[in-house]
Amino acid sequence: MPTLTASARDSVFERLQGLGRMGIFFWRMIMAGVTQRLQIGVLIRQIHFIGARSMLVIGVAGAFVGMVVALQFYDTLVRFGSVSLLGSAVGLSLIRELAPVLTALIVIGRAGSAMCAELGIMRSDNQIDAIECMAIDAYAYLVTPRFIATVIAVPLLTALFNIIGIGGGWFVGVVIFDLSEGAYFVSMADSVLWRDLAMNLTKATVFGAIIAWVCTGKAFLMHLGREPAFGAEGVSRTTTDAVVIASISILFADYLISALML
Amino acid sequence: MNTANDDTGAPVVVRNLVSQYGQTRIHDDISFAVEQGEIFVIMGSSGSGKTTLLRHLIGLAEPTSGHIELLGRSIFDISRAELIDLRKKIGVAFQSGALINSMSVADNIELPLKQHTKLDPATIRIMCRLKLELMNLSGAEDYMPAQLSGGMLKRAGLARAVITDPSVLFFDEPSAGLDPVTAVELDQLILRLRDSLSMTIIVITHELESALKIADRIMVIGDGKIRAIGNVDEIRRSEDPAVQALLARRAMSDGIDAETYLSRLTGETSDD
Repeated sequence: MPTLTASARDSVFERLQGLGRMGIFFWRMIMAGVTQRLQIGVLIRQIHFIGARSMLVIGVAGAFVGMVVALQFYDTLVRFGSVSLLGSAVGLSLIRELAPVLTALIVIGRAGSAMCAELGIMRSDNQIDAIECMAIDAYAYLVTPRFIATVIAVPLLTALFNIIGIGGGWFVGVVIFDLSEGAYFVSMADSVLWRDLAMNLTKATVFGAIIAWVCTGKAFLMHLGREPAFGAEGVSRTTTDAVVIASISILFADYLISALML
Repeated sequence: MNTANDDTGAPVVVRNLVSQYGQTRIHDDISFAVEQGEIFVIMGSSGSGKTTLLRHLIGLAEPTSGHIELLGRSIFDISRAELIDLRKKIGVAFQSGALINSMSVADNIELPLKQHTKLDPATIRIMCRLKLELMNLSGAEDYMPAQLSGGMLKRAGLARAVITDPSVLFFDEPSAGLDPVTAVELDQLILRLRDSLSMTIIVITHELESALKIADRIMVIGDGKIRAIGNVDEIRRSEDPAVQALLARRAMSDGIDAETYLSRLTGETSDD
């Protein structure tokens, strides 16, 4: 085994410390949710921001993804004379994989990055310290409502993605390629099982938790560590890190959940 | 010299405080106590660790070692929930105001009352307006923080810090970056808060004129140590070179020899 250099050791140690801080952050966020009064006003504002204001982009993305999936599957299935399975292919690929993953990635880009930048600026400008000094638990006031809002909003947005995506597939299959509408929906109803919907819901919920945890945690803890981040450059770096880490974590969790539930 | 040895009932007591950032020692065995109802000014040049000391005093940063008591409680030996509860009795006005950007001035000032009391909104709004009047900010309640000047931000931050009439008020750099008239107004405000509400006020500043005007006692820190502590006359009589330099607004020479100076410029150590 090669000897680790001192800087590599430091780097590994720093990353482990960072993981530890994120673990403690998660614990405090959960405990604040259990022990403190829920900030209903903040929660509603966050559900509106993360959920309601993402509906348009999720709807548009869902429609085009459903359409392109139907197009690709039609092109493949027609070679095997199995176009009647189009509804089943579109339904399964959307519900099991594409809807939860793409919804989560869109939410990271639209709301997760904004959440991280907002909290990062608050950290940098001492606003979080000021909240703590007003005897307000900053976790209960800032983090827990965002966590709950994301965990509620992402599954709802995923459901919207499912429905509009299936509608997009219907448009390509039934309207453009003149498949039977009955065959499209019956094959889908036959092949999509409750466990597929359970997988869809599990993924969406876990992805929502990951988005909120990473995006709020990175901003909340940006002043700690060997290279603390402050100011505009610090917020920018922290937001980039949060988006990358959340995206990779979601793809990893997607594989893990699929492997466990299939 | 009044240090932490005689601190019975003092709202803020610091004993043997040591803090380090990496290998740099910021505070080296600092001990002092702040008495009830006094304006205690902590002075020092830029980078002397004043703001870090404030962060230790209010429990935002844990020192390397030492003991800090706030209103009779050892702040680093109590639980997070107890610390949050203890903070209901203190107010902190930050250098930049630290108002929450997404809220109006009134919402910022009313936040502690909305979180900790069951007062009806109309009463809370009246209390907010009272504090705004006190800070010469009447009519500014609907402004957003981005619409305020530096002086207004500081005063709004102060209004928020005193909205619950705390026992101890911490004020970081009240005069920094302000025009002389606004700075004098803030000094008068601090004196009025002490006289009318018997608040213990701890002010962090490097503004000599302001410190001499408002302080009951001044503590000067430099090179990680307390260079002088006492009332204004005692500080004036101090023979410490750093204190004298501060009083005379004179640059301090760090007395390095030519070889060390050259090494510092070239970035090489003098042992090379």
